[in-house]
Amino acid sequence: MADQADEHHIPPTVPRKSATFDDYTLSEIRRAAATGIYDIRGGGTKRRVPHFDDLVFLGASMSRYPLEGYRERCDTAVTLGTRFATKPIELKIPITIAGMSFGSLSAQAKEALGRGASAMGTSTTTGDGGMTEEERGHSDKLVYQVLPSRYGMNPDDLRRADAVEVVVGQGAKPGGGGMLLGQKITERVAEMRTLPEGIDQRSACRHPDWTGPDDLAIKIQELREITSWEKPIYVKIGAARPYYDTALSVKAGADVVVVDGMQGGTAATQEVFIEHVGIPTLAAIPEAVRALQELDMHRKVQLVISGGIRSGADVAKALALGADAVSIGTAALVALGDNDPALEEEYQKMDTTAGAYDDWHEGNDPAGITTQRPELAQRLDPIRGGRRLANYLAVLTMELQTLARANGKSNVLSLEPEDLVALTVEAAAMARVPLAGTTWIPGNENRDRPGSGPTLD
Amino acid sequence: MTQLDLTTLSVRDVNAALHQVSQDTFHLLNPGGAHALACGLNAEISVTVEGHAGYYCAGMNKHASVTVTGNAGTGCAENIMSGEVHVRGDVSQSLAASGHGGLVVVEGSASARAGISMKGVDIVVGGDVGHMSAFMAQAGHLVVLGDAGTDLGDSIYEAEIYVRGAVAGLGADCIEKPMETDHLATIDQLLKRANLDANPKDFTRFGSARRLYHFSIDHMDEY
Repeated sequence: MADQADEHHIPPTVPRKSATFDDYTLSEIRRAAATGIYDIRGGGTKRRVPHFDDLVFLGASMSRYPLEGYRERCDTAVTLGTRFATKPIELKIPITIAGMSFGSLSAQAKEALGRGASAMGTSTTTGDGGMTEEERGHSDKLVYQVLPSRYGMNPDDLRRADAVEVVVGQGAKPGGGGMLLGQKITERVAEMRTLPEGIDQRSACRHPDWTGPDDLAIKIQELREITSWEKPIYVKIGAARPYYDTALSVKAGADVVVVDGMQGGTAATQEVFIEHVGIPTLAAIPEAVRALQELDMHRKVQLVISGGIRSGADVAKALALGADAVSIGTAALVALGDNDPALEEEYQKMDTTAGAYDDWHEGNDPAGITTQRPELAQRLDPIRGGRRLANYLAVLTMELQTLARANGKSNVLSLEPEDLVALTVEAAAMARVPLAGTTWIPGNENRDRPGSGPTLD
Repeated sequence: MTQLDLTTLSVRDVNAALHQVSQDTFHLLNPGGAHALACGLNAEISVTVEGHAGYYCAGMNKHASVTVTGNAGTGCAENIMSGEVHVRGDVSQSLAASGHGGLVVVEGSASARAGISMKGVDIVVGGDVGHMSAFMAQAGHLVVLGDAGTDLGDSIYEAEIYVRGAVAGLGADCIEKPMETDHLATIDQLLKRANLDANPKDFTRFGSARRLYHFSIDHMDEY
C-alpha cells in the first residue's frame, strides 16, 4: 500500500551503472565509433589476475631455522647458460633487465638501463631495433635479441653481445608482432630499421627463416656456429602453453628459457591483444618448471621469469616456484621516472593521469623515456636514471635476501615451493602450493604427483 | 687452396677454420646437406661447397664469396650483409631472408618466401620463386627470370621486384609499377653481376602502393 503522506514524492533509486558496460567499456565503444581503429597502447594487462600477492611465505618456525637477517650470508649470484655455452653469463643478482628497443625507448633511457644494471652486476637486453652504441657502451652484460623483424640484425653485434635471445613471443602479445608508430620513426630509428622515416612500422610475428621447433634447433646451431659456441642462447616465449613451449625450447637446444607472463609490458600493441591473449605469470611458472623437471633439465637449462615483477617478494616467490632469475621491464621504467606524479600536469593535458599513462606509441612521454623527441628525451639524465635503477635493484635484492633468510636459506636459489602457501583457491591451483592453513592443492586430488595435464613420458 | 672434407671434419671444425683466415680459397668436400655450413664468414675468402648444403648455408655472410654447386636448404644466405652467395641448383624457402646487402644468385628456382624481409640485398633467381616472396621486403632488389607464386610482395616497403614470367598473384599493397630507364639499367646490371642472360625489357616491375604506411580505416581491406 502506498504511503499516503508521501504520495506526491517517489524516492528515486540511485543511478546504477552496468558492471558489464562500465565507464571504461562505454568510453571505448565511443572511441571506436569515432575513429574506426582499435585502441593501441603500451604496457601489459591492467586487469586483476592471480599474482604473487596471492602467495605468502611460511617463514621459519619450530621445524625450520631462520638465518640472521643482517649477518648471515645469503648468496644471490646466478649463472645463466651453463648447458652448452663456453662463456656463460655470471650475474651478481638474479634480476635482469628485459628486452626493450631503442626506438620504443629513448637513447637516454637505454643508457640509464645499462648504467643501473651494470652497477648491480646484471644484464640488459636489446630489443626490436638493433643494438645501439649507448647500450653496448654502458651495459657490462648485454643480451642481443634475434626477433622476427630482424631490424638492425648484424653478425658483428651478435659477436659482441654476451648472450643471444631468440624471441618467439612476448607475454603482452603471444603470437603478435611489435608496432612502432610513425611519431617515433625518427631519422635514426628509420635508418637502424631500414624503413622510411615517419611510417607506421608493423613488425612480423613469425621469424622469416624458421618455423617450429625442429627448424629452431637448426637456427640455434647456426647462431652458435657464428658465435663459436661461446654465447648462451636464450629462447623467450610468451606465456601461452608454457609446458609444451618450454619443453620444445629445451629440445631445440636452448641454454636458457625466458617465460613472459601476460602482465609483461609491450611498447605498443592492440589493447584487445594485451588483455585477451596469454596467461598470468603465476600460472606459467609451475608449468615451465614441470617441463624442465620431467626432462631432467631443471637448473641445467635456466628459467627466467618476467611479467609483473615489482618487489623483492615477487622475485623471491618466482624463485621459490622454480625460476633461476627474473626480468623486469615496466618496473625498471618506473624507477627511471615513468608515470611519476610530479608530471601530473602534463599527463592531464594528454587526458590521462600519472599511473595510467600508456600511450607510449605516441612518443610524447613527459618523462623522456618512451619518446624519440629530443626535447623530451633530454629530460632524462642517464646518470641519475642509472643511479635510481641501481637503487631499486638493490632494494629488490635486499628484500629477496630478507625473505630467503626468513625461510632459512643461505642462497636465494634454495627457496622452494614448500616455503609458500596461497591465499586464494585460484592462486593455489595455479602455483601448485596449498591453500593457507590446509594441505589442499586444487587439482592434485587422486594424482600421483603434483601438477596436472599430460606429461612428456 | 684448402680442401676441407666433411666426412672427416665436423661442421664446427670447418666453420672454425673458415673464421680464422682473412684470405684463402676453400673447397668443402662431401657436404652431405649439412646445416650451417660457411655461416658467419667475415673476410674476403672464397668458399665452394662441392655438393648440397642444408639450412642456413652462408648465413649472415660478410665480405666472403660462397658458391654451392648443388642445392641449398632453408634460409640460404639469411641476413647476408655483403659479399656474394651463388647457388647453381635450387634452394628451399626463405632465400636471403632479411638480407642487408651483398648479392645472392640462384641459377635454379627458389621456394616460398624468397627475399622475405629483405633489407638491401640484391637477389637474382634464374628460375621461379614460390609464394609470399619478398614478404615485407624493405629494401634491395629481387629479380626473377621465371614465374612468381601467389602473394608476391605482400606488405612490401621500399624493395623493388622485377619478374620476367607470370605472377600468380600480388600480396597486400604490392602493385605493378611503370618501368623507367633507370629500372632497366638496374636489371641489366644485376643480370651481368649474376652472369645470367635475359632482356631487361621482358621484365615487369612491382613495388609498394604505400597504402599501409599509415593506419587508415579506409584501407581496411588491405590489413
